[in-house]
Amino acid sequence: MASHPTSRSGQSRFGGVGNILIIVVLTVAVLFYLMPVYVMIITGFKATADVSLSTMWNLPASFTSDGYRDAWTRLSPNLATSFKLTIPATILSGLLGAVNGYLFSKWKFRGSDILFTVLLFGMFIPYQSILIPLIRFLDFINLYGTLPGLIIVHVVYGLPLTTLIFRNYFTNIPSELLEAARVDGDGVIGIFLRIMLPLSIPAFVVVGIFQFTNIWNDFLFGLTIITNPKSQPITVALNNLSGGFAVEWNVLMAGAVIAALPTAVIYILLGRYFIRGMLAGSMKG
Amino acid sequence: MADIPIPVTETATKKVRFRGESTVAKLLLSPSLLLIVLFVYGFIGMTLWVSISNWRSSTMDLSLSDPIMGVYNRLFSMSRFQTDLRNTLIFTILFLLLSVLVGLTLALALDRRIFGRSVFRNIFLFPYALSFIVTGVSWRWIFNPETGVNLLIDNLGINWVLRNLGLPEFSPAWLTTPEVVGDIGAWMPGLDGLKTQIGIPLALVPVVIAAVWQLSGFAMAMYLAGLGAISDDVREAAQLDGASGWRIYRDIIIPLLRPITISILIILGHVSLKIFDLIFAMSGSGPGFATDVPGIFVYEQTFRATRYNLGAAASIIMLLLVSIVIVPYLARTLKELD
Repeated sequence: MASHPTSRSGQSRFGGVGNILIIVVLTVAVLFYLMPVYVMIITGFKATADVSLSTMWNLPASFTSDGYRDAWTRLSPNLATSFKLTIPATILSGLLGAVNGYLFSKWKFRGSDILFTVLLFGMFIPYQSILIPLIRFLDFINLYGTLPGLIIVHVVYGLPLTTLIFRNYFTNIPSELLEAARVDGDGVIGIFLRIMLPLSIPAFVVVGIFQFTNIWNDFLFGLTIITNPKSQPITVALNNLSGGFAVEWNVLMAGAVIAALPTAVIYILLGRYFIRGMLAGSMKG
Repeated sequence: MADIPIPVTETATKKVRFRGESTVAKLLLSPSLLLIVLFVYGFIGMTLWVSISNWRSSTMDLSLSDPIMGVYNRLFSMSRFQTDLRNTLIFTILFLLLSVLVGLTLALALDRRIFGRSVFRNIFLFPYALSFIVTGVSWRWIFNPETGVNLLIDNLGINWVLRNLGLPEFSPAWLTTPEVVGDIGAWMPGLDGLKTQIGIPLALVPVVIAAVWQLSGFAMAMYLAGLGAISDDVREAAQLDGASGWRIYRDIIIPLLRPITISILIILGHVSLKIFDLIFAMSGSGPGFATDVPGIFVYEQTFRATRYNLGAAASIIMLLLVSIVIVPYLARTLKELD
């Protein structure tokens, strides 16, 4: 994606009709992709009385922050939970993934590739198929219903993905660097700390934002492991907000914006790394 | 020629390696591996046990069911679970078809020098960064039959045109319709014993649209990465051969993207087989279970009805479906590792 030589300019190959077609396709696509964003943002700014059926697509009659204020009052404890959950879980699963990825790429032993594949499988399972024993286990170690329990769950089930990204990253670091460190007398751990760790900042950025997004957006674990509604993550709280018959759509849409904001901001600022993580997560890294 | 030094380096690595260091490596890996063995394989094993047990109330009962497959027999004879499997199948087909189509179209449209190319790409990929719950609640509002899309259709004058042509207005009930279109079971031998109608549940269509909105950007990004890897030599050679414009894409570039398409189908396919959050937030089980899927079934049986064995059995079926897609993919990756 980096370079686009002139031979891909397209103009000469498609002619006028083709270019018009492409402009039409892109315009329709932009409208489709931005439509829910528009609806979320404008509905959040409407007064409760203004959220009527016939004016759904219109801009607010007058902008009011009541929806956002109301959503904030209801969701801020859960927003705090989500941060307290996501940040430590991201860091821990990143660090463990770095160690694993280093060992799987630079210290291969007989059967290590099979073990790596065995680990990788954990990334794809439907978590429904481990929930009952997981909850029993957390209960057994007295962490069911607690934030540390949920953090552990995210760290463990995050390991396959973080290991994969780091493994792919370290594979591309030339082994000569290891040899040089070896001559200086470093062992497995010394090489990791002195050579690999300083080189792996870009991989940490990729893993960091990708895991942050994954954990922030989780719903199933938050729903089933944390039982007290006040301390459930933001996704669960947002869904609870939409329950019942009389849904206050302006509050709900404001809540959706609040819940989406952290990952949206990361995506807008660091989109490049985000795409890298996404492609690495599909094993094409 | 250039890759001759690499095997030499590899041998050197092995020679310099001291005895005992591989043990250090194994020791450092063991905590993570033990966790995965317990949390993934151990827990799956326990769920498997629960799925053939008599545990169907809040009191744990791990005695084995008689007959041993009794729970599975009951599961597959439930009309709701048959409906869930039908919904998963229909959802997966529609979702994959549309995601690949939209993703490929967008990638091809962006495979050129064009003003604001990266802005377009970022807009199309943006929903991927959001939670399924955010997507679900906002699309639920958009597909509200009394307002939402129907109002937009009205405002755009589509119904005015239809009325003037003497045609019925277009205002579907979207998520609220229990209607199922088509009935393959009626003329397909072997399917007549089913307790569910094999057709397309219309309420599933809005859910598919929301899922495509969220994940087609992923397909686009994969295709763009693939297009970036097709060398300009290939394109130039094709141009020199007299092929031009659309034909270069049809005859050369799109066939070269085949492995990418397979990866997209596997990744999005397994997401689709596991789908839970989006439907939970958008429509729940839907009218007449029109949007129910195994993920929701498992949740409700386990956490609402405390029929643990039934929930566990359904989750094992989900795992099997995902494994059919993922295990060959992992096996291929393992082969490529050496």
